[in-house]
Amino acid sequence: MNLLLILLIIPLLTIVGIALVSDITKVRWVAAIGMSAQLIFSFILLYLFFRERNSGNTDAMLFVSAATWYESFNIQLKLGVDGISVSMILLTSIVTFAGVFASWQVEYLTKEFFISLIILAGGVFGFFISLDLFTMFLFYELAVIPMYLLIGIWGSGPKEYSAMKLTLMLMGGSAILLVGLLGLYFNSAPGGGRLTFDLTEIAKISIPLSTQLFFFPFIFIGFGVLGALFPLHTWSPDGHASAPTAVSMLHAGVLMKLGGYGCFRVALYLLPEAAHSLAWIFIILTTISVVYGAFGAVWQKDLKYINAYSSVSHCGLVLFALLMMNETATTGAILQMISHGLMTALFFALIGMIYSRTHSRMIHEMGGLMKVIPFLSVVYVIAGLASLGLPGLSGFVAEMTIFVGSFQHTDTFHRMATILACSSIVITAVYILRVVGILLLGPIKDNHFLELKDAQWFEKLSTVTLVASIAIIGITPFWLSNLIHGSLTQMIHAITN
Amino acid sequence: MDFSYTILILVLPFLIFLLIGSLGSRWRPHLSGLLGTSGLFIITVLAYVTAFNYFIHRTGEAYQAIEASQLTWLSFTDDLIIHLGILLDPLSVMMLVVITTVSLMVHIYSLGYMKGEAGFARYFAFLSFFTFSMLGLVVATNIFQMYIFWELVGLSSYLLIGFYYERPSAVAAAKKAFIVTRFADLGFLIGILILSFNTNTFDFARLTDQHGPVIAQPVTAMFMGLSVTTWAMLLIFMGGAGKSAMFPLHIWLPDAMEGPTPVSALIHAATMVVAGVYLVARLFPIYHFSSPGSLDVIAYVGSFTSLFAAVIACTQLDIKRVLAYSTLSQIGYMMVALGVSGYGNEAGLGYMASLFHLFTHAFFKALLFLGAGSVIHAVHNNLMTEMGGLRKYMPVTHITFLVACITIAGIPPFSGFFSKDEILVAAFEHNKIIFAVQWLVAGITAFYMFRLYFNIFWNSNPEYHHTPHESPSTMTIPLFILAVMSIFSGFVPFHELVTSDGRPLATEFHPMIAVPSVLIALAGIGLAAALYYRKNSRPETIAKSLKAFYTMAYRKFYVDEVYLFVTHKVVFQLISRPAAWFDRHIVDGTMNLIGNSTVSFSGAIKEMQSGEVQWYIWYFTSGVLLLALMILYLT
Repeated sequence: MNLLLILLIIPLLTIVGIALVSDITKVRWVAAIGMSAQLIFSFILLYLFFRERNSGNTDAMLFVSAATWYESFNIQLKLGVDGISVSMILLTSIVTFAGVFASWQVEYLTKEFFISLIILAGGVFGFFISLDLFTMFLFYELAVIPMYLLIGIWGSGPKEYSAMKLTLMLMGGSAILLVGLLGLYFNSAPGGGRLTFDLTEIAKISIPLSTQLFFFPFIFIGFGVLGALFPLHTWSPDGHASAPTAVSMLHAGVLMKLGGYGCFRVALYLLPEAAHSLAWIFIILTTISVVYGAFGAVWQKDLKYINAYSSVSHCGLVLFALLMMNETATTGAILQMISHGLMTALFFALIGMIYSRTHSRMIHEMGGLMKVIPFLSVVYVIAGLASLGLPGLSGFVAEMTIFVGSFQHTDTFHRMATILACSSIVITAVYILRVVGILLLGPIKDNHFLELKDAQWFEKLSTVTLVASIAIIGITPFWLSNLIHGSLTQMIHAITN
Repeated sequence: MDFSYTILILVLPFLIFLLIGSLGSRWRPHLSGLLGTSGLFIITVLAYVTAFNYFIHRTGEAYQAIEASQLTWLSFTDDLIIHLGILLDPLSVMMLVVITTVSLMVHIYSLGYMKGEAGFARYFAFLSFFTFSMLGLVVATNIFQMYIFWELVGLSSYLLIGFYYERPSAVAAAKKAFIVTRFADLGFLIGILILSFNTNTFDFARLTDQHGPVIAQPVTAMFMGLSVTTWAMLLIFMGGAGKSAMFPLHIWLPDAMEGPTPVSALIHAATMVVAGVYLVARLFPIYHFSSPGSLDVIAYVGSFTSLFAAVIACTQLDIKRVLAYSTLSQIGYMMVALGVSGYGNEAGLGYMASLFHLFTHAFFKALLFLGAGSVIHAVHNNLMTEMGGLRKYMPVTHITFLVACITIAGIPPFSGFFSKDEILVAAFEHNKIIFAVQWLVAGITAFYMFRLYFNIFWNSNPEYHHTPHESPSTMTIPLFILAVMSIFSGFVPFHELVTSDGRPLATEFHPMIAVPSVLIALAGIGLAAALYYRKNSRPETIAKSLKAFYTMAYRKFYVDEVYLFVTHKVVFQLISRPAAWFDRHIVDGTMNLIGNSTVSFSGAIKEMQSGEVQWYIWYFTSGVLLLALMILYLT
């Protein structure tokens, strides 16, 4: 049996377990144990991956296995991982683990909530280990659908509107994506023979440029919607604002990363020539995302909107770096996905915890929280510092790798785009310190705040896990950077030639 | 000589920070203070031992740079690798001595000054963190390591300015300091990107090697009329100007006085704000050989800032703000000296003078701030109008403050005289206009410092709510030590130790420059004595006769208002707000429009599925007829 199947079996068993037990406490614990097991297994996978690499295995993909499950269209369950997928799996299991503990106090339909949450996480895991485009797409859809229920049922505010908007926009993206994937499928056997969805097989053939040019926008935009590509990002602020805490965490932390991952693994890797000729359009769009998202965040008053716009800016940087198509920038893009995933999950967790105490997300209604809930406030400051790219935390490593990588292009267009993208570090500092100043510092705004209780054990566990991950990457970045970089060399070589 | 133990100089303060930061709130407060202070004492001893060992072993003619330790932190490409290491050369060793000395004094002083404060443990944790970041900055082996610690000192400055976080003015000042310096750091970052792309290295050793490929074979690419190296060096200087509060990026420093006074002494007078000078000095060979134009820019910016700030300092009433503007002015001197300097031998006089001034300034400016803190501690007020006659109540503070004032005014044989004199000599040889400005500023400096001195310690007594008393010995002992250093640090044979090329440099006494500079200083002191020794109406008369100019200087030439206009009116109202509106109404509006038109379209056609059979028959027959007609006529 393939090792990677365990990543799907654990969530499945957890779901069965949750379905079997009845009272709320047991449901929570089953979910917690399941996701802890998943986290531990992810670390084991990381260890095994390193061991395999150190023993001299230089295959592009490790732990590969394939089984055809739909013979007539040649659709396979083909699994395999490289350094990039392993790091994404690690990210997903950390965020899911933290998400379960952040949802400890969900009282309404607890069982259904955790089942949907874990289906979502399972879809993401499946996506990252799949090497077959159709199966990948299937897992992608599996992750998006529970989102509708999670926001529509457990959300807040105009939740039906937001859930519908989010789902429809993402489904619209999927529809476009599917066209692109079918385009790849029907061009996968130019010399006759069996058509295939197999990613590694398609990478070997060269698709004619005209076909590439036709299908590249479908795939890039299809995945780009999920990666909050300007101007298709507006599902994100509303969706996040209405989503319950853990869903925001998983969505911004992990699901949005499917977009960047897909853009790289499918659009850029399989259609490199089209990528080179069309990159400039998307570089303009992503530069806009980066700067415009940051400026958008400066003006917001709702904590979740601030973080959603900040995500538009940070995820814009991911796509921006991918389009630079060199090793350093791409390493930076993957690092940024991980870094953004961790810190945005942390932000949403904290916003949920603050909201559950003050019953407000409007920054001007709060103030002086540092005095009353010091633990959560200090963690919020750390998350903010990670977001504004302070050295010693993960954001710095990712951003600097991106900037140095992007600067390897010598033409004025790329240079100006890079400098514009760099300027977002100042705007980020403005909106982060604005929130910290209004929300956490200053005099205590409301006397009711004096009665607030600081973090409980599960909240501490959830946030400390994320803070520790951010700090470990920020202080010792070389292992992660080498893990990613090692898998990129061959892929970038394929893209640039 | 084995210097591998120097790693402790970085590791210890970081460990102390972690320890106090995580456990400090559970201990009795003074334990945190004692731990921080005794830890720093060990670090100071290590720094002095390092300095002694380093300077005693001169191999051959010149001091050589030593990389005491080196580890790979992150590799971008095969060549662009960030190392974390410890670089020992005369410049960094001198900085180690300055930072640890002032930091130790501030630690001891804070034991008394901060006693009973709610955040006592937090305060000492932040101080350790600052010391760690500042030491990491000066021992950096490469420009990216420097940038890393550069950002970290920015954070510690933010945390310490905002130490009294319940006070809105402190929060605003901290935010302003961070954002202004961040903006400057953007320039620094882009400068690093340009420089490292063209040279393919971050390492100072390779970048500044006079015969190395970087300087010997400069990149000839041009951009908008300037060479890319000049662009890079100017942008890097922008970072330095932000940290060192050079005009027009100076606006954060006076506001930074919201922090506790010992913090102002450590960060905003002696150490962090001279980081910009340190940065230029560190990259000096590139500035000199590859981009002499940028050195002129540095000289003019420094000269203008020193004059501008000195004029403002004459009008301020808050004693800490006077000292803040004085710091700007003195850092301006250091920048001027670098800007007018050449490289190697006697031509490198300016370089040596700049760092000499950095060295002496650290002690006397820390002394001034700590003295001011002692005064504020006694009268619970920052305004000099609320002070007067304090010499009777606070003898130690009085004498040490007087020593510092004489030192900064440049009266021999106190240390300030020597360093300032050498800057003036270097300026005289390079550019007469700059020399004239710096000479004038020397007089203004003496005037505003003694204006401060007389207003605090002489003049008339205001009504004190309770009689001021001398500060405890934890505060007066550092004052005393710093006063001794202010007097004698001028006799350190600096020209033999820290020079542009590591070789000793012969300095000579220039009476033609020294005598006029002492005379103008004495004139400044005399004028201050005439106006402020006793209470009289002369100051107001003068202020009235120069009303327009006085008001402008008092309002700091409205630079803050310009910034407020740019940030609030332009960035917030003209960019952010429209961006948010555009996103809500245009981008999202389009999405909603698509959604809504789908809904209304289906609303319009849903009537067709009414369930009424007669309508279905009608659609059916008309459809059939239409098809039949089409087939008949179209084929």
